[in-house]
Amino acid sequence: MGDPMRIRAQSAGDKTTVRVLMSHEMETGQRRDPAGKVIPAWFIQEVSAALNGKPVLAAQWGPSVAKNPFMQFVVRGAKAGDKISVTWLDNKGDKRTDEATVS
Amino acid sequence: MKTRREMMSSSAKLAALLASAGLWPAISMAAWPQSAFDAKSLADASKALGGSVPVESKDVMVTGPDIAENGAVVPVGCSTTLPGVKRLLLLVEKNPSVLAAVFDVTDAVEPSFNTRVKMGQSSNVFAVAMMSDGKVLFASKEIKVTLGGCGG
Repeated sequence: MGDPMRIRAQSAGDKTTVRVLMSHEMETGQRRDPAGKVIPAWFIQEVSAALNGKPVLAAQWGPSVAKNPFMQFVVRGAKAGDKISVTWLDNKGDKRTDEATVS
Repeated sequence: MKTRREMMSSSAKLAALLASAGLWPAISMAAWPQSAFDAKSLADASKALGGSVPVESKDVMVTGPDIAENGAVVPVGCSTTLPGVKRLLLLVEKNPSVLAAVFDVTDAVEPSFNTRVKMGQSSNVFAVAMMSDGKVLFASKEIKVTLGGCGG
């Protein structure tokens, strides 16, 4: 269970811009620690977003995504007060879901 | 003494057993396309995701800085103006894992995504649109990196 995500959803007309900042190490599995041992890969593999519980976006990520990942996407047809929830799942099976209200 | 046929069938049973127990690596990560993320080039990644040979297109956009000072956080985006997009992909050509992100586009979202990637060195960044009719279109942009972002 990671730290909370920061989610912001702002609507302008029919389109709602959602910005998500996740808190995750995103280790690539390429780096070595000072003792020369490979630091095992640890990164977010799957991200999904839902509007009022209905899935709108699914994404699969590789280790190339930066540490503490940022993601921005645009949802159609969301109104102020609607709920946007975002879930991530990492390669260790850890997951986290957070929710934000469209403003 | 087992015949070859018996050996074949028992190894197939073992594979099925491992798969059902979630121990077979390729199958346990079925939702996450392992082969696509292992791909070493744009064409390989497209193939691993069931797409055809990528064709360059003006209707796909890749956004990002010309010069990134810090390769650990490079803001990049992919978008397209075309209807009927199934997936949008972001790739960094010279990273150890070329494929950075796959976004499955639905009717409820615009085919436009921004994120941040790591870049080990100056390289081309590709935005790829996989269309519902099987076409694969891409755009590329060179991003120069002053300081690599893959440890080291």
